[in-house]
Amino acid sequence: MSLTYENLRQVLSDKFGDSAVYEESFGMLSVTVPSAQILKLLQFLYENEGMGFRFLSDLSGVHYPERQGEEFCVVYHLHNLVENVRLRVKTFVPAEKPDVFTATKVFPGANWMERETYDFFGINFVGHPDLRRILNADEMDYFPMRKEYTLEDPQRTDKDDEMFGRGGSV
Amino acid sequence: MERNHIQLSEESLAKQSTTLNLGPTHPATHGVFQNILEVDGERVLSTEPTIGYIHRAFEKIAERRPYYQITPLTDRLNYCSAPINNIGWHLTVEKLVGISVPKRVDYLRVIIMELARIADHIVCNSVIGVDTGALTGFTYVFQYREKIYEIYEEICGSRLTTNIGRFGGFERNFTDVAWDKIDAFLREFPKAWKEFEDLLNRNRIFMERCQGAGPLTPEMALAYSVTGPNLRAAGVDFDVRVATPYSSYEDFDFKIPVGSTGDVYDRFMVRNMEIWESLGIIQQALEKLKDLDPSVFHADVPEFYLPEKKDVYTKMEALIYHFKIIMGETEILPGEIYHAVEGANGEVGYYLISDGGRTPYRLHFRRPCFIYYQMYPEIIKGGLLSDAILALSSINVIAGELDA
Amino acid sequence: MPRPVQYNANDKVKLVDLPEGYAGEGFYATSFDKVVGLARKNSLWPLPFATSCCGIEFMATMGANYDLARFGSERMGFTPRQCDMLLVAGTISKKLAPVLRQVYIQMAEPRWVVAIGACASSGGIFDSYSVLQGIDQVIPVDVYVPGCPPRPEGILDGILKLQELVGNESLRRRNSEQYKALMQSYGIQ
Repeated sequence: MSLTYENLRQVLSDKFGDSAVYEESFGMLSVTVPSAQILKLLQFLYENEGMGFRFLSDLSGVHYPERQGEEFCVVYHLHNLVENVRLRVKTFVPAEKPDVFTATKVFPGANWMERETYDFFGINFVGHPDLRRILNADEMDYFPMRKEYTLEDPQRTDKDDEMFGRGGSV
Repeated sequence: MERNHIQLSEESLAKQSTTLNLGPTHPATHGVFQNILEVDGERVLSTEPTIGYIHRAFEKIAERRPYYQITPLTDRLNYCSAPINNIGWHLTVEKLVGISVPKRVDYLRVIIMELARIADHIVCNSVIGVDTGALTGFTYVFQYREKIYEIYEEICGSRLTTNIGRFGGFERNFTDVAWDKIDAFLREFPKAWKEFEDLLNRNRIFMERCQGAGPLTPEMALAYSVTGPNLRAAGVDFDVRVATPYSSYEDFDFKIPVGSTGDVYDRFMVRNMEIWESLGIIQQALEKLKDLDPSVFHADVPEFYLPEKKDVYTKMEALIYHFKIIMGETEILPGEIYHAVEGANGEVGYYLISDGGRTPYRLHFRRPCFIYYQMYPEIIKGGLLSDAILALSSINVIAGELDA
Repeated sequence: MPRPVQYNANDKVKLVDLPEGYAGEGFYATSFDKVVGLARKNSLWPLPFATSCCGIEFMATMGANYDLARFGSERMGFTPRQCDMLLVAGTISKKLAPVLRQVYIQMAEPRWVVAIGACASSGGIFDSYSVLQGIDQVIPVDVYVPGCPPRPEGILDGILKLQELVGNESLRRRNSEQYKALMQSYGIQ
């Protein structure tokens, strides 16, 4: 059975049922699963005979503040090098308890990618061997890529909001 | 401000091994990253890398900038081969919006990207030479990087951080001077590169230094998501130009050089051979360009490509398009896209989520150096200290791409 | 003589002008600080602190095309203990600022600092939470070279301006009250 997107959808629906949501855009299929099943999905895609998604291209996070109860999204881009098929896997977690199972057991290369996502968004990867900040200074106490924080350092004294185009007196 | 950068553990004084700080600023590490090594005599037992010393928050800055203003940001990711990043970004947005560019633009982009790849490999290979003590190669081939810079200057005006091209093509057609320079480069560079290879390829001292240093098995490479010349030196022939061709790469005929052991010598040789393949690709592109209309250098997309000045002064629509593009009010349709190009170090990916506004909602750069630097502690474990330094420069870590 | 002696007939070498002084039979009298200034400015040994893109342009400046060595910076020492000119090329982030300060403190007097590029001078295009907006927030700077990255000719121009500063510097500057106040304001002893 060749690995086309229809066959992939079929196999995943058989295995995961209704909890998986599919979307296809710009030549890539996206599969969204609840966060409790993400590790099972990644392992299935890795180990199963017909799947073979053994290469993790990318792991990143997105913050959607308007989606109540599902604010953070972790996006995995997988690649089957033999059949040359790409797949995007997403999972949503709420802001109060942003816990996602770590993918480092399946893909050791996810180690630093998860640390970067933690550093930027504060998503807690359960079971990660060494979850600490990687790019920002260790003393930083907030997660900068979240939408509520500004680009500039909050402690700036020489420039104010008006100069950054946000409100001010004008 | 007096933070101690070396965190020593409790039993440090009692243990037998030495803690060595290969600090953020070091002449042999080409970039700003720190490695705290545990060495036993000359053998490296373990290392702990620390990065983030040049974190410039690209992804956060990109959320504030209209799409055109992100191109200068992409320059500064892998600054040794900046045009590849620029063109990769333009390809991403063109795919999202649905612009199809003419063939001639594709071939011109291929020429520029291959020149950038040659420039990056020149830096990496000559610096491997410098780290083994062979300074001659470095001073000799760096002159050819100046020639490549002159070609960029003819086309976009700038040497290093090029900001080359626009959505849909190039900002100006390649002039005759640019073509002359490209021809001169193709004539003179192969001779110089042959001399560089004669100096180092079969040099006994170089081979004994490099073979066996920092070996990388294919399983480890795939597990750590390594891409680019490092992966190919380990034995896996994955090249994004062949797997998912972009910008008409499927029309070109080139080989993918693959190594066997993944050590420093294999990485050096793979990069050498990639330079020869790139020169072949540029030659093929020049042949193919002879049959195409030489006045075409951009797609006809007035919403994204600045109209000509004489139209801006006379026609109303051109004035409006010009205004909207310059003020960054171009609306991109909502969508989510991941596009990858083959950078000099591996797969450079752009994950763009657009919500229909003038700036991206989320832009994530898949930076190859960041991802494959994780395997550095694994490949130097048990090796000598000098091999560790050599392995570091052979995996070609560029600090801008590491931290973004 | 077995063969005619040929002295260096290369008259295209630009020689440095003699400072004002009084010449006589076998001696030349001038003031001490002029001689010291002349010696210092024509042999500034740089310490490259290259972090990002400006570092590559700096490497191009050191190369054969835009040779920096002809201005006296022949020896590119990588240790602060033996260099007098700190060339900061590239973005300095807040995480790296203490390291930069430490390197500056380790340099011996007299020392000068050139900030190469927009990021070192003022933070450049990166007005973000992690980038230091100019190295003059942590160390005193003598010459700023703008550009992103500056052309090698620009870097050379910056170093030539620094040479002017060095040549005209008074020998007592490092002990003066003003200099001590400057160091106090940065918190450097």
